[in-house]
Amino acid sequence: MSTASRRQVLTGAAAGAAGVAAGYGLAAAPGPAPSPAPVPPGAAGERVDGADTVPFHGPHQAGIATPAPAHAAFLGLDLRPGLGRDDVRRLLRVVTDDAARLTQGRPALGDTEPELAAVPARLTVTVGFGPGLFDRIGRADRRPASVAVLPTFPGEHLQERWSGGDLLLQVCTDDPVTLAHTVRMLAKDSRDVATVRWVQRGFRPARGSGPAGTTMRNLMGQVDGTVNPVPGTGAFDAAVWARGPAWFAGGTVLVLRRIRMDLETWDAFDREGKELVVGRRLDTGAPLTGRAEHDVPDLKAVDAHGFPVIDDLAHVRLAHAAVPAELMLRRGYNYDEGPAADGTADAGLLFAAYQADASTAFVPVQRRLAARDGLNRWVAHVGSTVFALPPGCAPGDHLGQALLD
Amino acid sequence: MRSLLVPAPPHAVRRRPTPIARTALLLTAGGLAAGLAGCGAAASTAAPPTSGASTTAPSPAAAGLTLTDGWVKAVPSGMTAVYGTLSNPSDHDVTVLSAASPVAGMVQLHEVVTVNGAARMQPRTGGFVVPAGGSHQLAPGHDHVMLMDLKQPIKAGDQITVTLSLSGGASVQVTALGKEFAAGNESYAPSGGASMSPGMSMSPGMSMSPGMSMSGMSGSPAR
Repeated sequence: MSTASRRQVLTGAAAGAAGVAAGYGLAAAPGPAPSPAPVPPGAAGERVDGADTVPFHGPHQAGIATPAPAHAAFLGLDLRPGLGRDDVRRLLRVVTDDAARLTQGRPALGDTEPELAAVPARLTVTVGFGPGLFDRIGRADRRPASVAVLPTFPGEHLQERWSGGDLLLQVCTDDPVTLAHTVRMLAKDSRDVATVRWVQRGFRPARGSGPAGTTMRNLMGQVDGTVNPVPGTGAFDAAVWARGPAWFAGGTVLVLRRIRMDLETWDAFDREGKELVVGRRLDTGAPLTGRAEHDVPDLKAVDAHGFPVIDDLAHVRLAHAAVPAELMLRRGYNYDEGPAADGTADAGLLFAAYQADASTAFVPVQRRLAARDGLNRWVAHVGSTVFALPPGCAPGDHLGQALLD
Repeated sequence: MRSLLVPAPPHAVRRRPTPIARTALLLTAGGLAAGLAGCGAAASTAAPPTSGASTTAPSPAAAGLTLTDGWVKAVPSGMTAVYGTLSNPSDHDVTVLSAASPVAGMVQLHEVVTVNGAARMQPRTGGFVVPAGGSHQLAPGHDHVMLMDLKQPIKAGDQITVTLSLSGGASVQVTALGKEFAAGNESYAPSGGASMSPGMSMSPGMSMSPGMSMSGMSGSPAR
């Protein structure tokens, strides 16, 4: 029950008690005006969307082209020593079964808290394979070439605790209680085969807090993710879905980078400078050469003095896809693990980019950014992972089946 | 808060087993494997398993009976139980008379009954009747297919097959998915041979009792 509705019930109950007193011979006495009756959950046109589901089965895994719900947990798992392909198959079978049920609002088999499965709220569960998994299961020859440890970029401060992993479980939903239950079920069903290497939790704006499709803001206050391929278009398909190897067709490569923001020094920077560094206005997200968020940045525009309006080191200039192969779907989540004991922030972005081939998309773009991006003064990449997200599966099959068979 | 004036009858109190009760359970569980060796051999005649769909119907008479949402508690050894929903879309009642599985030396159809407040599992006389057009639930703490004398560990994600022998002479093969399930974990076999099945001992609403045992089993505690 929300705070608001609990309060309504409480005031309603109080009013009820007063009303009863009034009924016993005090009708003539002036008393408090009768309050409206308690509002039951879901009454008065309140929008309830917890029953919304995203199909689990299909040619592609859910949780990629589907709109990003408000909450996410990314789990990196390591295959236990001595285990191999048969054990990974067991894990995938049971994780697939859990996901197929929970995402549709049904309890998992042997679910000890079935009531917690009743509100899927657009729940998706997405599975990925890290570079090391292919060797462990005797499938090194089937590893997509770009699913490998990324090249080192200047300025990054990668920490082991946020990097690597043999398996990925990505769980997204609008309901954090559902998220907890789903992660719990998946952890129980996979811990026999794999250990948890890291967990990264993130959030986006609550569903309904703005119109659907609103670009989220990161915790530096910037509109983040404006330029994204649109699902259902040829450009999206070309940018996101892998065409091979055969088992991987319809899958995608996820690069997940934990990007820490130095909000303390960002605070000390003036607003004009912040906009110059990014190349967009903070309020509307419009490029400095345009009026609206989705206006295409004019990278050639110069001001009265002949200086580029969008700076040579501005983030939008360097992040701009130089060729179509550099396009990727960005579907990141904010994280906030602070404040620390001294009150300073521990916040940033779980940068999640989905692409057909990381070697032609994330890697060249990040090379440019790492070398020159003005924003580098305030952000640091502290975690890095790459996973092959296999295509979706049909009922009765499990995710990754074509890789293992 | 329990009343101090009215002591609850001994069997009415739901509680975790005391160490003594737990020992009794262990002994009972240990004795189960030993005691069962001579019983229920009739259940072990199994058709060889076939792979494929979760439910296959080897004979027309069995057409339609399915186990949906079939699952089995993962255990390292000993015994475990299969749960799920038996559905019978036909227009006549179907009785599951016995069961067999390649992973178990013995399989029995069990029910859980409460006697004097104590949960007891016992072979279900007459099998599981699945009504025409209806279903029959197999669930922890209730009816289940008991796999005993396991020949291999049952791991999470394993897919095991069980052949159900039906009234009328037909049989049907069903599958169950291994799932980690914590209930009943305090029971294990001191001899390393058998473990208590899930759901028997810690199901909500069931009380624990040192006397919990399987009726019809004459086995003495393992020594």
